[in-house]
This record gives sequence, structure tokens and C-alpha cells, in this order.
Amino acid sequence: MSGWELGLLDASSLKLLGGVVVVLVLATVIAWLLGRRLGTTGTIVNLKQRINAWWLMVALIGAVLAAGETVTIVLFLLLSLLALREFITISPTGRGDHKVLVWLVFIIPAVHYWFLWEHWYGMFSVFIPVYAFLFLPARNALAGQTTGFLQRTAAIQWALMVCVYALSYAPALLQLPVAMEAGRDAAEGSAPGTGGATGAQLLLFLLIVVQGSDVLQYVWGKTLGKHPIAPSVSPNKTWEGFIGGVLSATALGAALWWVTPFTPLMAALLAFISCVMGFAGGLVMSAIKRDRGIKDFGSTIPGHGGIMDRLDSLCFAAPVFFHAVRFFYT
Amino acid sequence: MNVGRASRRSLAKLISAFAGARVVTAAGESVLDLPGQAIYYANHSSHLDFLTIWAALPAELQQRARPVAAQDYWGAGVRKAFAEQIFNAYLVERHGSSSRRQRTSDSGVSPKGQVEGMAEVLAAGDSLIIFPEGTRGDGDTIAAFHGGLYKLARLHPEVPVVPVTLANLGRILPKGEVIPVPHLSTVIFGEPLHLDPDEDRQTFLARAREVLVESLAKHQGPQSTDTPGQDDGVPDSHSQARQDDL
Repeated sequence: MSGWELGLLDASSLKLLGGVVVVLVLATVIAWLLGRRLGTTGTIVNLKQRINAWWLMVALIGAVLAAGETVTIVLFLLLSLLALREFITISPTGRGDHKVLVWLVFIIPAVHYWFLWEHWYGMFSVFIPVYAFLFLPARNALAGQTTGFLQRTAAIQWALMVCVYALSYAPALLQLPVAMEAGRDAAEGSAPGTGGATGAQLLLFLLIVVQGSDVLQYVWGKTLGKHPIAPSVSPNKTWEGFIGGVLSATALGAALWWVTPFTPLMAALLAFISCVMGFAGGLVMSAIKRDRGIKDFGSTIPGHGGIMDRLDSLCFAAPVFFHAVRFFYT
Repeated sequence: MNVGRASRRSLAKLISAFAGARVVTAAGESVLDLPGQAIYYANHSSHLDFLTIWAALPAELQQRARPVAAQDYWGAGVRKAFAEQIFNAYLVERHGSSSRRQRTSDSGVSPKGQVEGMAEVLAAGDSLIIFPEGTRGDGDTIAAFHGGLYKLARLHPEVPVVPVTLANLGRILPKGEVIPVPHLSTVIFGEPLHLDPDEDRQTFLARAREVLVESLAKHQGPQSTDTPGQDDGVPDSHSQARQDDL
């Protein structure tokens, strides 16, 4: 690898992004050809919107990684807040929860991401599951509304868990190389950006494998899908899509081993775990949407739906990927 | 003038983004086909309501849309400047008195001159944004309408009456709260209503209210579970005594 570097991006990361761009160019051309042959049907319009949104998302992630860890963390904080907004909109919360929602939206995510930015793993990993999870119900009990208290409290905690805690494990990967190279003690409180290019590679590896798995599951499911896994939750999730998507995304992960600190076998294993978790995330979010009677969480990303519709798999995959790497490599 | 206009458009975009406002027609279309002049009426649960409707209107209609706001809240100091300079609000006195204490009974009768003043705004060719409930509600239910909407429709039968349903805004900034919490809201512009020549006050107001009730039930997120005794979300109309703004 040459010495080229821009922020957290080095030559390997650039190759990864270049590979994604090549895939997107192909996808754009194929969608254009399909559009010419089949006419502008709803599916084609949606496909084109999706691809255009992918271009933007890839450009965004490339730009923030080039700008450094702080900017990347700010991006994920914003994504958390947008996801949180979608989540509380469909939650059974009401006027009595307003004061708790102010804590949930304006204070807790900022504090949590601050600990993340400080590389304070001890606090980052327990702040939400211990302090926030005990504080929020207590504050809500003080507000005095007891009707539906358990449901409302559970919805608020689950929103925080998924939209903030789980999602923040994606930018947390940026600091993992410090613990991998210098040990866990040295990593605690290290300066932002010290994870360097390896951190960006870990994040890109996870993003490509998980989002690739989503796309591949969609492709396998659309072409070969026959037997739904959980028809009452989502008729679009089939065994053919799941197995085909997970296996091909695992192969993709194994093929990307050279960009990671892992052996090919280990890259395949971590990719496999991430894909299965990603599938679980999509399934859980589908169940939530089905329960609330909505199709999408929002309409922020044209063609995809809301922020949460795109990040559901990442929310489940990122924490497990993070802890697996931390367990085996530090 | 151009600077003012551009900054108003930016402000409108900002308000819409914060309120996560999706603007649709009753049929779910995202392209609005609104009359040049209208009486917009909406359900009321938040101080953000008139801002959001104002922000949702296309630029050329926005310039001539005047939100009707309460003199006792918006009529002084910074709020007055805000309401009048930026939003071109038309301030009215509520319930025949500017003193809150005297407003213990709610007869639904508008003070003398209030409707005449609004009719003048319509006569000048401007649109009105009004909240016929007269005060903010809990966001899930819609209270009985005051008579002003009917009187305006009677005085200006040529101006279409456009229902606007605001879903989830009461969750962003409920009555009595100071800090708005972002939710995704929806602004639904319904089909214009016209007053039938022989339609009486009760019938028209009930018809106008029913449009909002149905649309709100369709678009509001899940009903909150924190309101004890809440049943079908429709209040007992007309006889209901309501509390005024806190």
C-alpha cells in the first residue's frame, strides 16, 4: 500500500470505495437499460431512486471519513437523531411523556456520543444500558401518567437502544484499532482519530458487507424467492433470499480480507455473523412496522423510505461485529 | 423585498424540516392544487400549527395567507413583531374579552367585530388560516367548532373553505410544554368545501369538523396510551366545556 492518506482514508479504503463506485456505475447503467426496455414502471422508478440515494450515501460516508473521526461521529449522531425522530413518531407515547422525550432526544444521545468521541469505552458501553435505562423510567414515573406505562417506557428504551446505542457501534469501530495495536488500557481515553486508516477500513468492511447483504438478499429474493421465512412479518423475506444473500455477502466479506486485519477465514466468519445479525435487524424492524400499520419509517431517503429502513440491519450488526472483533483481536 | 422573500422561504423550509412535515392532499398526492384564495381551517394542538401551515403553502399562496392569531398571546412585544412582521398575522380578540379570568364560560360566540375584521381580510383578496376550535386541544381529539368559520363562509361564499389536518404536531409541542421534540408530522390539505345556500350553522360546522376528524384518525400516528378514559377519540360535541390555554 502506498503512503496516500486523506483523513482516515488510505489507499486500501480508496480501493474499497472505488469498488463500490464501479458497482454503482454498473447498477446505474443496468437500471437505465431496464428503463429503456420495460418503460418507466413503478419498480424501475423506485430502483433508480434507490441507486441515486446510494450514490449520495456513498459520497457522504467517503466525505466524512476523509474529514476525520470527529466529523464521522457527528454524522452518526445526526443519523441517530433522525432515526430517533422516526421511532418516537410511531411509538405509543403521548403528552405525558414529553419531558422524558426531551431527555431522550436532546441530552442522552449527545452525552453518549461525547463519551464515544473521547474513546472512553468504559463509559460509552454502559452509559445507556445502565444510567439512561434506569433514569428514563424514573423520570417518567415522576411525570405521573400510569396508563400504558410499561409499553411507553419499553418503547422509549427500545428507541434509545436501537437508534442511538446500537447504531453508535458503527463509528465506534474507528477507535478499535488502538485497542488492537496498543491494548485495551492504552485505548481508553486515546485521542480522536488515533484509530487511523485501519478504523476506517473496519467501518467500510462492515458497511459494505451488511448493506451488500441487504442488496444481495433483495436480488436473490426477487429472482429465486419462493418460500417466505416469516410470512406474517414480511412476505418479501424468503429462505432463498436469506441463504443466497447471506452466503454471497459472506463470500464478499472473505474476498475483502486483504483490507482488514483478519485472515480470510476470520473475515468470512465475521461477515457471516454480521449478515445474519443484519437479517435479524431487518426482520425485527419489519415486525415493528407491521405492528404499527406502516410500510416505511419515513420518507427521508427517496426510494428507501426512512433512515431506519436503511439502517435497520446495521443497527443489529454493528454491536456484535464490534464486540466480536474486540474479543478476538484485543 | 427579494431578500425578505428569500429569507421567508428559507424560514419556511426550516420550519418544515424541523416539523418533519410531509405535505399531502387528501388523496395522498404530494402535488397540491390549491385555490388562489381560501379560508384554511385546521385542528389546533400546538403553537407550531399556524407556522407549519404557513410553511407548507406554495410561495405564491403563502404571501397572501394571513394566520389568525389571538391578540392576548401574540399581541405584544416580541411575539407581536414576530407574528405581524414575518407571518403577516391578523390578530383578533378571543371570546369577547382580552382578560383570561372573564373567560370562564365558553359560549362559542365570537366577540363583536372579530368576524367583520376577518371578512375584510378576505374582501382585500387575502387568504385566512383559522383554528375554529378556538384553542389548542390535546392533539388526539377535535373540539366543537366556533361559529366564525360559518359566518365567514356565509359572508364570502365565493371563497373556498379548505380543510387542513395537522397530524402529530401536538406531539412535537403539546400544550403547556416549552421545548419542542421532533416527530414526523403530516399536513393534509383536503378537498375545498362550499357552504350550501340553505345550509344552517350547525350542519356546516359539523360537516367541516367531520372532515378533520376522519383525516386525523387516518393520519395521526398511534393513539397515545397515556390519556386515561380515552375512547373513540371523538369528543361530545357542542355541549363540551373546555379549558382554555394554560
